Amino acid sequence: MSDLALVGIVLVSHSGDVAESVAALARGLAGGGELAPVAAAGGTTDGRLGTSPELIAEAARRVDRGAGVAVLADLGSAVLTVQMMLAEGDELPTPTRLVDAPLVEGAVAALVTASAGADLEAVSAAAAEAYTFRKT
Amino acid sequence: MAFRDAEFFRRWLTAAAGSFDAEADRLTELDSAIGDADHGSNMRRGMLAVAAALEKEPPGTPGAVLLLSGRTLVSTVGGASGPLYGTLLRRAGKALGDAERVDDAAVAEALTAGVDAVSQLAGAVAGDKTMLDALRPAVEALPDYAAAREAAARGAEATVALRARKGRASYLGERSVGHMDPGAASSTLLFHALARAAADE
Repeated sequence: MSDLALVGIVLVSHSGDVAESVAALARGLAGGGELAPVAAAGGTTDGRLGTSPELIAEAARRVDRGAGVAVLADLGSAVLTVQMMLAEGDELPTPTRLVDAPLVEGAVAALVTASAGADLEAVSAAAAEAYTFRKT
Repeated sequence: MAFRDAEFFRRWLTAAAGSFDAEADRLTELDSAIGDADHGSNMRRGMLAVAAALEKEPPGTPGAVLLLSGRTLVSTVGGASGPLYGTLLRRAGKALGDAERVDDAAVAEALTAGVDAVSQLAGAVAGDKTMLDALRPAVEALPDYAAAREAAARGAEATVALRARKGRASYLGERSVGHMDPGAASSTLLFHALARAAADE
């Protein structure tokens, strides 16, 4: 399976710490074996809370293995910036998809699925399905 | 009808940068009532970067001025206003193409395309208590720049009575009523500067 390109995952948060921690959490919970590439793009380039298209583009390039990139974002400018980059620019690898999913649960689901060799469609579906896991 | 060159657009956005610099505290005050208190400082940083970029390497066409300004905003603002204003300017810049001079009808058409793109990106329309409440009536009043400035100001004023349906302020529900939307307030600065640039020609 290692000769098969894995889908890459980018986690976008207003906070650099949140993005890095969610990436670490997902890696920890995804279990052993080879993991799909996951990169954090949190905060601004000068370390403030916010969103940076440069950090997002760089993270996407880093995880792109040719099988597509799934992006998960927290809210507000994080979501808007990714949507804008998809609508306007050519800074993201093809195909890149913004996944409609909760950031933490979706990141774990996406990484598990991507690491198993699933395609971008299946990775997106798994992350989106995380919305349906009720907690009460 | 007047023709506008790259210099006109540079004067517009440089004047707007001055307004955002001067009004940053007021915008942040509006944003601390119903948002996360960063709109003024974010837009000041972004617009001053725009003015600096336009001065450093003045683009030769109206479209290129708007594209560079939009790109600069997107990469320096950090908040939601970055992609929103960035989309407004970049989409308008694309609509103007490579022309060295554009007439006022083309300016109106380009800015309308920009506002349409903002509306689509934000999933918001006039009445949602967002920047669209100032932007939409303003572009509808173009190519009369003075009328556009007045329409933007009236639209922003009208957001005081509205309940927010989009963005961070929408979490507040009824408590968002009674405050002017900071995005609508900042959009009026853009059209104020545009009217001034047109009056100066």
